[in-house]
Amino acid sequence: MNFAATLRIALLALRINKLRSALTMLGIIIGVAAVIVMIAVGNGAQARVEDQIRSLGSNIIMVLSGSMTSGGARGGSGSQPTITEDDAYALNREIDEIQAAAPSLRGSGQVVLGNTNWSTVFYGTSPEYLEVREWAVIEGRRFEQAEINGAGKVALLGQTVAKNLFGDASPIDQVVRVNKVPLTIIGLLDRKGQNMMGQDQDDIILMPLSTARKRVLGSSRFAAGRNVGSIMVKVKDGANMAEAEARMRELLRQRHRLQSGQDDDFYVRNLSEILQAQEASSRVMSLLLAAVASVSLLVGGIGIMNIMLVSVTERTREIGLRMAVGARARDILTQFLVEAVTLSLIGGAVGILFGVGGATAIAELAGWRTELSGGSIVLAAGFAGAIGIFFGYYPARKASRLLPIEALRYE
Amino acid sequence: MSEPLIRVEGLTKDYIMGSNVVPALRSVTLDIAPGEFVAVMGPSGSGKSTFMNLLGCLDHPSAGSYWLGGQEVSALSGDELAAIRNRKLGFVFQHFNLLARTSALDNVALPLLYGDIPAAERYPRAERRLSQIGLAERIDHHPSQLSGGQQQRVAIARALVNDPQLVLADEPTGALDSRTSVEIMALLQQLNREGITIVLVTHEHDVADFAGRIISFRDGKVIEDRPNAAKDAAAALL
Repeated sequence: MNFAATLRIALLALRINKLRSALTMLGIIIGVAAVIVMIAVGNGAQARVEDQIRSLGSNIIMVLSGSMTSGGARGGSGSQPTITEDDAYALNREIDEIQAAAPSLRGSGQVVLGNTNWSTVFYGTSPEYLEVREWAVIEGRRFEQAEINGAGKVALLGQTVAKNLFGDASPIDQVVRVNKVPLTIIGLLDRKGQNMMGQDQDDIILMPLSTARKRVLGSSRFAAGRNVGSIMVKVKDGANMAEAEARMRELLRQRHRLQSGQDDDFYVRNLSEILQAQEASSRVMSLLLAAVASVSLLVGGIGIMNIMLVSVTERTREIGLRMAVGARARDILTQFLVEAVTLSLIGGAVGILFGVGGATAIAELAGWRTELSGGSIVLAAGFAGAIGIFFGYYPARKASRLLPIEALRYE
Repeated sequence: MSEPLIRVEGLTKDYIMGSNVVPALRSVTLDIAPGEFVAVMGPSGSGKSTFMNLLGCLDHPSAGSYWLGGQEVSALSGDELAAIRNRKLGFVFQHFNLLARTSALDNVALPLLYGDIPAAERYPRAERRLSQIGLAERIDHHPSQLSGGQQQRVAIARALVNDPQLVLADEPTGALDSRTSVEIMALLQQLNREGITIVLVTHEHDVADFAGRIISFRDGKVIEDRPNAAKDAAAALL
């Protein structure tokens, strides 16, 4: 018997019991849709973390001021400025694993341009900062050595600040006032997006460290001497991060003249590691979501088996008749298998539509990031077909093994 | 006498019920010639249904041989028996056994589907058989839209569509009123006159009386095998 005829018989049988077929498919529809939506949500979360890693830069270690103990009283973290720009230069110079180390001083203030203004944060830093963050200047130029040494009145603008002050016009060579100090914009930074805390990384102004220290920050004690707020370090690709971290800690302890047994007066944070941990956990989460969704697909498959078993029992006489007029065991097996696979494939197709729709709706309504992948759709469809075969086989085999006389006599 | 269409020798069937062996058919030997119209009679449990199932290649005998059209079929596999049923046999059942929600035409064409006959040939053949039994206008009707007599005629058309050597009818009038029964018997008689061999199982003497030979079973054995002056069903309708 040819396949087209088998398919027609199967479709006819499904049409005869429309409601039952639809309800059976519902299990598969929900299962497939759930798998697609869950994979899309999981992938979205993962993609978000990956974007953050990309925007932070890779292999980043932060050094922050720690607490200082004076007269037995221990201050909280960052209570004292303990690290200096010379620490940064020493790290850069003395540790092979380090590609670049950028000291930075952070401040916030009002940026004024003519009659508009904007409140933002600014960083006084060295040119290595752009290298560490893998941040490109898309318009204009970087700092020149003379500007770094001589507290040049220049600044690089983040996209958000540029947008708010200049709209779509070019900010290059314009003069803005940061805390009343006039700075000439020499470059525009590339867009970075949000960081892992959800902060806008483009809402920023960069200026030479000396400019921030001498001209903009004024009397803050963090800006006094050669203190800096933090040092951002980029470890070379392929170098051992843990070893680099240990050597940094050792060097800083030496430089700060800490006795063994004394606590560090600085913090070393491996930001890349934190993000990687977050990525790993979001990967586990998306696997978990997909696994839970697969359970509903499995339940849908069992639903198909259940209905096919009922159907075989109900149609015992029909099977007997088909055998009497010449159907072989494998014709009966094929017919019921095709019915089960047809149910699951149609269910799968509808499920894909619902899944794609659901993922889009979640992105629109809940504002979550979802990523639909062709792979997950193919996977879900293939899985649905496989479930049809797997759960349809037992009832179909049962049908094909009926004895013609007993099937014909069945009441 | 020509080569018999059916020859059974020592045909035996035992059913195993738990530890008991229940003999249903005990060493039956007989011949049926082509073109005969045979009625098989007997009370319940006499073995007549078992005999029919064996003739219809629906079951394997426990012992003995069965030649159908010169071919020994008692030792064939399930698939080979399916092929024999498909090409050489036609079945008519008491409860018609038509596929529900399927047109008369599709019902009649069903055996051809399993015989790998191409669709272009299937439907003209099925249509020809339906018009032969006077249901040309009903080819698109589903069984539920047909009377009992019409349904049985569709079933007869289905039994004939593969040009079988033998039609086996198991109580074909059992679910019909007496006038419709006679109509069906008239149709079978007409087909028999056209050369088709028919074996009919019945427990009604009135129905058996339309056949040309009556074989009676009791306790798994043939107790009587006699020719019968067949009553003309067409005349009985007048």
